[in-house]
Amino acid sequence: MNDPLHSFLFGIYPYIAIAVMLVGSILRYDRDPYSWKADSSQLLRRKGLRWGSNLFHIGVLFIFFGHFFGLLTPHALYEHIIAASSKQTLAMVSGGIAGAMAILGLFILIWRRLADARIRATTRFMDMAILALLLAQLTLGMLTIPLSAQHPDGSTMMALAQWAQHIATFQPGAVEHLAGVAFMFKAHIVLGLTIFLVFPFTRLVHMLSVPFKYLLRPGYQVVRRGRRASSLG
Amino acid sequence: MTIRAQIAMVLNLDKCIGCHTCSVTCKNVWTSRSGVEYAWFNNVETKPGVGYPQHWEDQDKWNGGWVLNSSGKLVPKAGGKVRSLLNIFANPDLPEIDDYYEPFTYEYGHLTSAPESQAVPTARMHSAITGKKQEKPKWGPNWEELLGGEFSKRSKDTNFEAVEKAIYGEFENTFMMYLPRLCEHCLNPSCVAACPSGAIYKREEDGIVLIDQDKCRGWRMCVSGCPYKKIYFNWQSGKSEKCTLCYPRLEAGEPTVCSETCVGRIRYLGVLLYDSDQIEKAASAKDEGDLYQSQCDLFLDPSDPEVIARAKADGVPDSWISGAQNSPIYKMAIDWQIAFPLHPEYRTLPMVWYVPPLSPIQSAAESGMLGAFPNVDDLKIPIRYLANLLTAGKEAPVKWALERLMGMRAYMRGKTVDGQGDPEILKQLGMSEDELDEMYQLLAIANYEDRFVIPTNHQEYAGESPFDQEIAFATRSECGFTFGEGCGSSADPKLINLFGTQTHPNTLSGKPKDS
Repeated sequence: MNDPLHSFLFGIYPYIAIAVMLVGSILRYDRDPYSWKADSSQLLRRKGLRWGSNLFHIGVLFIFFGHFFGLLTPHALYEHIIAASSKQTLAMVSGGIAGAMAILGLFILIWRRLADARIRATTRFMDMAILALLLAQLTLGMLTIPLSAQHPDGSTMMALAQWAQHIATFQPGAVEHLAGVAFMFKAHIVLGLTIFLVFPFTRLVHMLSVPFKYLLRPGYQVVRRGRRASSLG
Repeated sequence: MTIRAQIAMVLNLDKCIGCHTCSVTCKNVWTSRSGVEYAWFNNVETKPGVGYPQHWEDQDKWNGGWVLNSSGKLVPKAGGKVRSLLNIFANPDLPEIDDYYEPFTYEYGHLTSAPESQAVPTARMHSAITGKKQEKPKWGPNWEELLGGEFSKRSKDTNFEAVEKAIYGEFENTFMMYLPRLCEHCLNPSCVAACPSGAIYKREEDGIVLIDQDKCRGWRMCVSGCPYKKIYFNWQSGKSEKCTLCYPRLEAGEPTVCSETCVGRIRYLGVLLYDSDQIEKAASAKDEGDLYQSQCDLFLDPSDPEVIARAKADGVPDSWISGAQNSPIYKMAIDWQIAFPLHPEYRTLPMVWYVPPLSPIQSAAESGMLGAFPNVDDLKIPIRYLANLLTAGKEAPVKWALERLMGMRAYMRGKTVDGQGDPEILKQLGMSEDELDEMYQLLAIANYEDRFVIPTNHQEYAGESPFDQEIAFATRSECGFTFGEGCGSSADPKLINLFGTQTHPNTLSGKPKDS
C-alpha cells in the first residue's frame, strides 16, 4: 500500500501518460499535420489485409469501448439494470470473443509486416513497436479472463472501476482500490497506460480522425470558395 | 442559375504521336519523389489495350464513378457513405501497386565501381521499395506500346464492347491509337465524393480538383472512387496525390507543363462557363448515351448578353468572361462539335476532352479514291470503338466529328493543291469558309496563343485564410515541396522526428535500398 512504485504507477503515471497523449496529439496535429494519417500499406500488398485489418479493428474497437464504458460508468447508474456479477460475465464473454478476434487479426497483420519484403522495407520503428505493444496488451487482457473466472462476484471488476473513476475525476485515494488486485490486472493497466503515453508518436493518432463528419456532409461534393464568393454573400 | 468558370482541356488525338514528352516533363516536375515514382499524373496509353493501371476502365472490377440507383438517384458505384466507412479498414476495391508496376531503379554506380572482370559490368534493376534485384519490369504506364503483347490480353479492353473484335486481331485489320490521360478535373468528381475526410475539393474559381495534403488521412477511398484511376496513393507519405492541372502555372496565365511541352501541339486550354446548379441533373441522364449531350447542355454561350450579366453577378471576372469568349475549348466542343469527353458513362462530367483520331482508309486506298470524300465507316479504327471511348457508345456524334475532320482536310487540300476548295464540302459540313479556315488554323497550325487562352488568376480570388493565400501569390517562391517538415527544418531524413520520418528519402537515385 505504501509501496512508492505502486503509488507512482497507479496514482501518478496515469496522469503523465494521459497528459503526454493530449499535449503530444495537439502538438502533432498543429505542427505536423502532414504526418497525421492512417498509413495504410494496402497499396503495397493486398494479401492478408482484408481479414487481418477487419478482424483487428472490429475486435479492438469493441474492447476499447467496452473498457471505456465498463470502467467509467458509475455503479449507481447500472446496478438496477444489471448485477455486477452478470456484468462481469458479460464483459468476460464478449471481451473474450472480441479479444480473440483482435489477436487473430493482429497476428495476421504482424505476419504480413514481417514476412512481406515491401511492407518490411516501409516499416518504421514505431510501426512495429506499437504492434508489439498491442499484442502484449491483448495477451495480458486475455490472461485476466481465467483469473476473473475465479471470483465471479464482480469484486475485482468493481475495484478496477473504482480506481479508473477516481483517476478520471481527480479524486484522491485511487491507488488504494488496486491494493488487492492480482498482478496480471496491474500489468495490463501499466501497459495500457504506456500505450496512451506513446499514442501521439505512433500511427494510432488516426483514430482521432474517424470521419464521422462524412455522414453529415450535405451531398457528396466539396467546393472551396475564395474571397469572391464570400464578399458576394 | 449559378455560373462558374472552369479551365478545361482538349487533346487532339488525331495528332498525338505517342512521344510521351508530356508524361516525362510532368513526372520530372511532379512525381519524381519517393512514394510516387510509380505514379504518372499524365501517361500515354496505346489503345486498344487494358492500360495503366491494368483494366482501369473495367468498373465492374474497381467500382469507380457513379451509377443511378433503382430510384434514379445518382450514387457512387462503390456505395454510399455508410458502406464506404464500413470498408475503411480494408478497401475491397483498391488496386495493388502491381496493377501499376513495382517501381524500380538501376544500380548505375556499379558500372563505375565494379572490380575488374571478364564480362562487362551491368546496372541491374532493383525494386525501389525493397531494394531487391528484379529480373524485369512487368507492367508500366504504356506497357502495350505499339500493340505490344498478345491480342487475347489487349482485347480485354472494355471499349471493344459491341465490336466484333476477333477480326481486329488479324494483322491486316489491326489498328491502334494513343490516349494521353490525366486527371479529368470533373464537374461531378467521384473522388471528392468518396473522400471521407473532405480533403479533396474543387476550386470554385477555376474548377481544379485538389487534395489538401494536411487534411488527407490516407483512407484511400478516392483511389478506387476515381474511375480514371488518376489518384495515386503515395506509399511513402501515406497520402493520396493527383494531377494539379499545374495550378501555379495556370494562375500566372501559363499552360500546364504537359500542354506547354507537347511537341505535337495537340493540347488546348481554355475557359468554359457552366451552370453549376444543373450538374446533378446533367449527370443523372437516364440513358448513358445522352450523357455527352447533357454535359454539352451545361456549357453556356459566353457571348450571350444574359449569360455575361449573370456571370458578372456570380463574380466571374471580366478577364475570365472574355477568356471564355475566345476559348478554343468552346469552339471545339460546342461550336464545331469535334471534341468529346472521355467515358461520359462514368457520370463524373469530365473536363478533359478529346478530338477523335482519323485513321487510314484501306478500301479507299485500294480502289484509288484517295482524293474523294471517303466514308468514315471505312476508317481503320472502328467508329463503335471510338464511341465506346468518348460518347458512351453513341456513334452519330463521333461520325459527324470525323466527317468534319476529313472534310477539312479535303477542302484544304483542294485549296492548296488546286488553288480552290470544293464548295460542295462546305455545304456537306454545314460550315462557312471562314469557319472552316478558323478550324484549320486551330487544329493544323495550332499557334501557341490560339491553343492556350488562359486568363490569369486574380488576387481577389484568394481567401483570407493562410491556406488560401498560399494558393495565390502570398507565399510564392517561399517554399518547395517537402515531406511535411516545412521549410524551416532540415529535410535530412537522418534527423529524428518524433512523428515519423521517411523510410525511403530518394528512390530514384540509382542507389537501391539495402535489402
